[in-house]
Amino acid sequence: MKLERTELSLIGVAVAVAILAQFSPNWLVFTLTLAISTALVVMGVVMLMRAGLVSFGQGLFYCLGGYAVGLGGRFLGITDALMLVGLGVGVTVAISMVLGLLVTRYREIFFAMLSLAFSMILYGVLVKSHDLGSTDGFGVVDWSILGYQPGTGESGTRAALLLALVIALAIALFLNRYFKSSLGLACEAIRENEVRVEYMGISRQQVLYINYVIAAAIGSVGGSMTALTAGHVDPTMAYWTISGEFVFIAILGGTGHVAAPFIAALIFTLVRTYAVELAPNAWQMILGIVLLLIILFLPKGIWSLFTRKRRTAS
Amino acid sequence: MNTTQQRSIWQKTLLGTATSVALASAGMMGMVASANAQDTFKVGFVTFLSGGASGPFGVPAAQGADIVVKAINEGTLPAPYNSKGVNGLQLETVVIDEAGGPTKQVEEYRNLVQRQNVDAVIGYISSGDCLAVGPVAEEMKMFTIAFDCGTPRLFQEIENPEYLFRTGLDAVADNVGAAHYLAETRPEAKRIAGIQQNYAWGQDSWEDFTLSIEQLMPEAEIVNNQTPQIFQGSYGTEISALQTRRPDIIHSSMWGGDMESFVAQANARGLLGQATALLTTGESGLHRFDGQAPNGTILGGRGPFGGFMPENDLSTWFTKAYEAEHGTPPSYPASKAAQAILALKFAADNSGAEGVPTPEQLAAALKGAKFESVSGTVDMALAGGHQAMQPMLYGEYHFVDGKAELRNIRSYPGECVSAPDGQNPQEWIKAGFPGAKCD
Repeated sequence: MKLERTELSLIGVAVAVAILAQFSPNWLVFTLTLAISTALVVMGVVMLMRAGLVSFGQGLFYCLGGYAVGLGGRFLGITDALMLVGLGVGVTVAISMVLGLLVTRYREIFFAMLSLAFSMILYGVLVKSHDLGSTDGFGVVDWSILGYQPGTGESGTRAALLLALVIALAIALFLNRYFKSSLGLACEAIRENEVRVEYMGISRQQVLYINYVIAAAIGSVGGSMTALTAGHVDPTMAYWTISGEFVFIAILGGTGHVAAPFIAALIFTLVRTYAVELAPNAWQMILGIVLLLIILFLPKGIWSLFTRKRRTAS
Repeated sequence: MNTTQQRSIWQKTLLGTATSVALASAGMMGMVASANAQDTFKVGFVTFLSGGASGPFGVPAAQGADIVVKAINEGTLPAPYNSKGVNGLQLETVVIDEAGGPTKQVEEYRNLVQRQNVDAVIGYISSGDCLAVGPVAEEMKMFTIAFDCGTPRLFQEIENPEYLFRTGLDAVADNVGAAHYLAETRPEAKRIAGIQQNYAWGQDSWEDFTLSIEQLMPEAEIVNNQTPQIFQGSYGTEISALQTRRPDIIHSSMWGGDMESFVAQANARGLLGQATALLTTGESGLHRFDGQAPNGTILGGRGPFGGFMPENDLSTWFTKAYEAEHGTPPSYPASKAAQAILALKFAADNSGAEGVPTPEQLAAALKGAKFESVSGTVDMALAGGHQAMQPMLYGEYHFVDGKAELRNIRSYPGECVSAPDGQNPQEWIKAGFPGAKCD
């Protein structure tokens, strides 16, 4: 198997980030880890967008991943980070396989509303769960990885970043191939013209279903990583505004490339944290203006900056 | 063709430059902050500046804190705080919006400590944010004061806190105090109902209140509890449901705009004519009801804050200064924020440090201390010296000649409304408040 250029550059960037993180201030490492976790969930939104579906309920899987980490540590006594992430993926795949049967039958606003509804059901159930701290949520146990105890403090933050980087790289490499596979291309075909896809002998239902379940699993990994990093889970993770944030970042980045959500999530997080610092009373306005400018000048997202450059070069 | 190409290049350059400037400034700002010479004491102040909790809580708290900080820097506070600055250093505040949920607050907390290099953090109204930030404060060894959040789980989940303090009471005290006030002033009440926002605060409050009522008013019957969504705004259905149950007392832990709209709607529908409302956070509406709440409505202020502040030099000064600047007397969130800033000044002045006190010195000075505040003398006697023990006050709202006032105020000492250290508050209530001193 030969690695193509995109894959080489993805690996290169991941290694570079891992090395740079050793010399970065701790807050940047933490922010970066959260941005990568967010980007994974956004990846799921992008996968659905490529198939022409906009999900306003990706927070459902983000929250499932987060709570799997929290509950697995608290009630099952699991402390290994990989096991916890795996637990989240297992639960999420099981649930999304059931939900997928229903939601992939719908398109456009109906899909968006239905996905939103399911995530709000989870929110409602968690708010009613008094023993799980209701809206206050609860803390995540100190985790280990393959027997190594990173502990809290700076080493813990760096370990979380490395874990997130490795997982994100694996997912990015997988998705890069997936987008070019027959299944990934079929998704785009469905977005363009569903009827033709059916005439070509491909089941649109099956394609969308598989796409939906993979997107859910990746969203769950993002939620698990957020929980491990931030050390706290709460029902807001399933609230619709959080899902809206994922769609925001997906639009910011565009659907052109696997790297786009990562860049967009990083820019979003940095813009937000500096906006909060510089304009504590008007930071939402700054975020809104940034989105407006992106839509006006770069309708295909930040990634179109890179594709334009290539076009002018060639 | 040519123009479009030119335009796209122009756009590309502009956006490319903007992106790189933004990314580069991320690194630069961290360096600038750390290069600053230390002749000021930098404190992060986190409070709601947007969303539903900003109007009634977040903004008054920020205003209250701002007034005290200004006075500290000018040295115009009454004794014992009449020295300029904290430990001789000018206070500099960095205000951060608390909106966005616990994960974002953990991120912003880390940014405050590591990017802005603050020397202390004061803040947090939401219990979820407190629970998420608390362990991070301990991990990062940063002196942190929670000024308002009410969850009793805060110091249950952090064993042996070192850097985290709370200069107010938890929500258990609110509801134990409410039950005591009812038992004393409305012993004839037989039917008690409730209406709570459907989230942790409302659920916890109702649980603590009903447990206390079972102990203190065993004759009374709990007839109903409504749980509308938070920020629902319209309570027609709930009011009808409550009316059919004919309660004597309606307990509500609803706060802010929700509380005010419920009172206005229930009053218009006649519910508050047949039943008396007991509002555990009602004080924040004291100067906003304008007669929309019937006289005799029972209000609480989460302790000796706002309209419940005792007469002393600090509270008189604070009320006057706040009213001069904002045209209305301070509500309880403003007093609680002022109290946290005073706690910081007390800790810094008594740290014995040369220059900027370290978090360890600040924590040592505040742990178990007694300091003067707008609410009287605050005794940091709970959670191993990390949480304030204060009296809980309730009173009746009366609106006479266009002026709101509190009458029939009763005060219950801290030993009466708070569980002794290390005891689970619910178990303590169920056991009949062992060790409580209520005289």
